[in-house]
Amino acid sequence: MKNEINAGSMADIAFLLLIFFLVTTTIVEDKGITVKLPPWSEEEPDITKLKERNVFSVLVNAQNQILVRGELTRVRELKELAKEFIANPSKREDMAEKPTMAIISLKNDRGTNYRTYLEVYNELKAAYNELWNELSLRKYGVPYTEEMPTAYKREIRGEIPLVISEAEPTNFGEE
Amino acid sequence: MSKFSKKRGKSDPEVSTASLPDIIFMLLFFFMVVTVLRDSELKVSVNTPFASELLKLEEKSLVNYLYIGRPVKKFQDVYGTKPRMQLGDKFADIAEIPLFLEKHKIKVPEAKRPRITSSLRVDGDVTMGIVQDVKTQLRKSGQLKVNYSAKKRPN
Repeated sequence: MKNEINAGSMADIAFLLLIFFLVTTTIVEDKGITVKLPPWSEEEPDITKLKERNVFSVLVNAQNQILVRGELTRVRELKELAKEFIANPSKREDMAEKPTMAIISLKNDRGTNYRTYLEVYNELKAAYNELWNELSLRKYGVPYTEEMPTAYKREIRGEIPLVISEAEPTNFGEE
Repeated sequence: MSKFSKKRGKSDPEVSTASLPDIIFMLLFFFMVVTVLRDSELKVSVNTPFASELLKLEEKSLVNYLYIGRPVKKFQDVYGTKPRMQLGDKFADIAEIPLFLEKHKIKVPEAKRPRITSSLRVDGDVTMGIVQDVKTQLRKSGQLKVNYSAKKRPN
């Protein structure tokens, strides 16, 4: 007596398939640390004589040990050290004269683990992000975000410019 | 007697079209899923490290992906276990990067070209040697906007 195909279960089948694909696909995470590489030049970079107090040197060797200004350091101490160096709140003689003159120099071996390198880079970026955030709160009363007005952002980044200079790595520990 | 049985009398038997939207949806989902899967067919194993200072990549069409990692098991007989780079869906040499970038660039409208970003999806256990070579090649090719792909660090 039934003339129609029962369509009631169609929705269920479609949902089942949808759920199956939802579960099996891994959503590609499109997040990461954005970096601006320096332009390539064939000539040797001109070594402007920098004052030692303005350079925060970070070396990462093939054993993934970190040397900050000649002292062995752990990754989690790095951020505070970098922040203190850039801001120099106690006006110490051996730290950056002012934030605009601070330069972070990062150097690694070819045998350095990528994970360690990225952790170090992340900490240095975090130091800048925190300083920007503090400055932004002080000046404008809002936290520093990528979405804030460009004029504010330019002002903040002009006061504390991000300078992470990366030297050519040394040929140690290449596999 | 049953409350589901319908007594419609003389109406012509018709094929129900109620399921048509469902079928269309199913096809839609299928194709959506398939296009994503084909894109992420990796020949190298990539387990990106954790980080906290993450930035989201805006437009997907402006991003090209470079994968660096050790070849997955089934390619190890041919390609060994040393870290390799994958461009698109095949293994590639460092020297092939400029052509790869150019091929992506011509698909992007000219006004948006300065915003093209290279996403480096690098395995955490790879040494910096190959990463450095890739970076140098990117700099030589004038591709300076780079994103080191990373996962959000769980707190």
